[in-house]
Amino acid sequence: MEPLSTFEIAGRIIYQLSPVWFSLVILYAASIGFKRRLGLYGKLFDSPIGMIGFGLVMFWVFTGIYGAMDMIITHDPLVQVSGMKNKVPGTPMNGATEADYPYYLLGGDNLARDVFSRLVKGAWEVIKIAPMAAVFAFMVGITLGLPAGYYGGRLDTTLSFAANLILAFPVILLFYLLVTPEIVATGVPNYMAIVLFIFPIIFVGVLLNSRYYTRPKVRNLVLPLVLGIIIWFYLQLVSNGGYLINTPAYSIPGLPRVMDMFDIPGGILVVFVSVVFVNSPTVFRIVRGLTLDIKTRDYVAAAQTRGEGPWYIMLWEILPNARGPLIVDFCLRIGYTTILLGTLGFFGLGLPPESPDWGSTINDGRKLLSIYLHPALPPAFALLTLVLGLNLLADGLREESLKD
Amino acid sequence: MGLFILRRSGVMLLTALCLTFIVFFLTNLYPNLEKLAKTQGNFRMSDEAVASWLDANGYGGSMVSKYGQWLGVLPGWTRESEKGFTGRCMTGAVSAEEAAEAPTFCGILQGDWGYSTRFKDEVSTIIAERLGNTGRLMFWVLVLMVPSALIIGVLAGMREGSVTDRSLSTASILTTATPEYVSGVIFIAVFTSSTVGLKWFKGTATSAMDNPNFENFFLPVLTIALYGMGYIARMTRASMTEVMTAQYIRTARLKGVSFHNIVLKHALRNALIAPFTVIMLQFPWLLNGVVIVETLFNYKGFGWILVEAAGNNDIELLLAVSVVSVFVVLVTQLISDIGYVYLNPRIRIS
Repeated sequence: MEPLSTFEIAGRIIYQLSPVWFSLVILYAASIGFKRRLGLYGKLFDSPIGMIGFGLVMFWVFTGIYGAMDMIITHDPLVQVSGMKNKVPGTPMNGATEADYPYYLLGGDNLARDVFSRLVKGAWEVIKIAPMAAVFAFMVGITLGLPAGYYGGRLDTTLSFAANLILAFPVILLFYLLVTPEIVATGVPNYMAIVLFIFPIIFVGVLLNSRYYTRPKVRNLVLPLVLGIIIWFYLQLVSNGGYLINTPAYSIPGLPRVMDMFDIPGGILVVFVSVVFVNSPTVFRIVRGLTLDIKTRDYVAAAQTRGEGPWYIMLWEILPNARGPLIVDFCLRIGYTTILLGTLGFFGLGLPPESPDWGSTINDGRKLLSIYLHPALPPAFALLTLVLGLNLLADGLREESLKD
Repeated sequence: MGLFILRRSGVMLLTALCLTFIVFFLTNLYPNLEKLAKTQGNFRMSDEAVASWLDANGYGGSMVSKYGQWLGVLPGWTRESEKGFTGRCMTGAVSAEEAAEAPTFCGILQGDWGYSTRFKDEVSTIIAERLGNTGRLMFWVLVLMVPSALIIGVLAGMREGSVTDRSLSTASILTTATPEYVSGVIFIAVFTSSTVGLKWFKGTATSAMDNPNFENFFLPVLTIALYGMGYIARMTRASMTEVMTAQYIRTARLKGVSFHNIVLKHALRNALIAPFTVIMLQFPWLLNGVVIVETLFNYKGFGWILVEAAGNNDIELLLAVSVVSVFVVLVTQLISDIGYVYLNPRIRIS
């Protein structure tokens, strides 16, 4: 078979991505149709920059999700095919049978794996970690930043000192210290997970309690139910194979295996925990700054005069009014997390060596960069467009939220 | 002002102590020590052999006492074996007389940074040499990054909403969205590979350590500078647009001052206060960029030893690296605070 020309490659890639185009069209049609009823999200579609950014982000989100469902990929991202090592884009697959896709659309890498399929699978690696890590970082930052800004005093001094301490650490040094198999063996990431993942429980618990404090009947029903479910998830998250911490020297038993629905491998957990750990101090500083500003407003004084509790004021008066900058920062934070994950992959930390994530792929590809461009450039552009999309989205949101 | 600097220095010292203790704690966890013993001794050591190697080389004992020895507030360890006396303050095995003469304390307070197990050399000489390389890199990064970022920011913020503003702002968003390992790879691919065929620059900066020139040094400098540039440019733009809407600019305009003079004489100075702080706070990020770029371009500087020390669990070198980087971060924070107060008369007087 003849190798494909550039146009044929582009055509086939566009065809391969058709579920993504389809979903994007539906999403955009629906969103533009109902944009007046969708609040800030709908207003996004008034700004061209925001629309482009949102499109780029959703493109990768859909690619990641469909890729995880094995819809877009042409080959198994881990299988090595003999004779396909470093082959240029569009090369027919060596010894392809009827069931195989006949071409390597973006060529083969230095281990003769399909670059296109690895690219698509790599999108899922980012999509499954980055937004969740940003959410957890926000939970930690908000739960600590609100009281620090609201109460001030010694609490604020201590927490700010701790935040500055983490921020003064060069990120890469911290990653090199935390994300190693030796540290995983000591159980340090598990301890950090136990501490960091407790913040969402505190956040939701205080949120609901302060809201329904005056209506004990509702509270006594809602609070145990919600907290029970979250705590169950928390225990599933932090306990692994029946143990909270399982080192050769000692182990702490956790949730019994029967109740444990999912396990997170130590490698992924340590990556997740360190990314959350690095991001939360920045969120803390932003939330603290916003709280310091908002607590001088009249409506806070009004709530204080009404006799509302401090946590009600923080979570139901201050936080909703700080949402604009926080939403914008949330988008930027996902982008930054994506960059951090790429950095981890680039230095070969945490993720398994055959993992298709973009950072590792760039690192693999860069060694032969002077001869073969195709293994390193697609993941580089993928990472670039996703982070660019998130930045543009943040910019669009900032512009639109400033208008009202 | 004096009290302010004194208090900040105290906080800095406390931060540095906490951070080095964290690094010390993490590097001295048992699995890390075991790995160190096996790379220094041999890979087939039994558990007992590992334990005795660690004890003989001063890695035994409690975490706090070892940290005290490293700081130089507790006496250094000594061991007596059939070869003679060994200890923290002695090089190799020495006789009893020499051991008696050796200093009791040798930590960083005495200026002794320890011995690198990876490079088999004094930590202080390694750091001094590599820091020089990185210093040269950083110097050119700043020379390239700061003026161009300020010019882009001022040009964009001068007339808000104009075509220049739109295109320059989009360009700065693009550079902040491109981490060093992405832009570096793209630059190497476009400018150095034989596939594209431009071959304007060299893909490695190894030769730049002895003989830096435009061909082998420009790409690493550009790669680090670009990532920070966009952020500083956006901050400058924001500050410039704010100044341009101020009352006194309108007065100047109504008086008939030319646009040229308004920007250069009236607006520029006030617009540059905020970017100054931002530039100073960029240093921690630049440090990250240095590590990535030095790995990517194989330039053996400070970032390269960080990777080497961390990869081989070279405890004392890693501690020295973290002391230096924490020092850089904290000093730039201090300078940014002082500079902000100094540049902004409103804060200085109140």
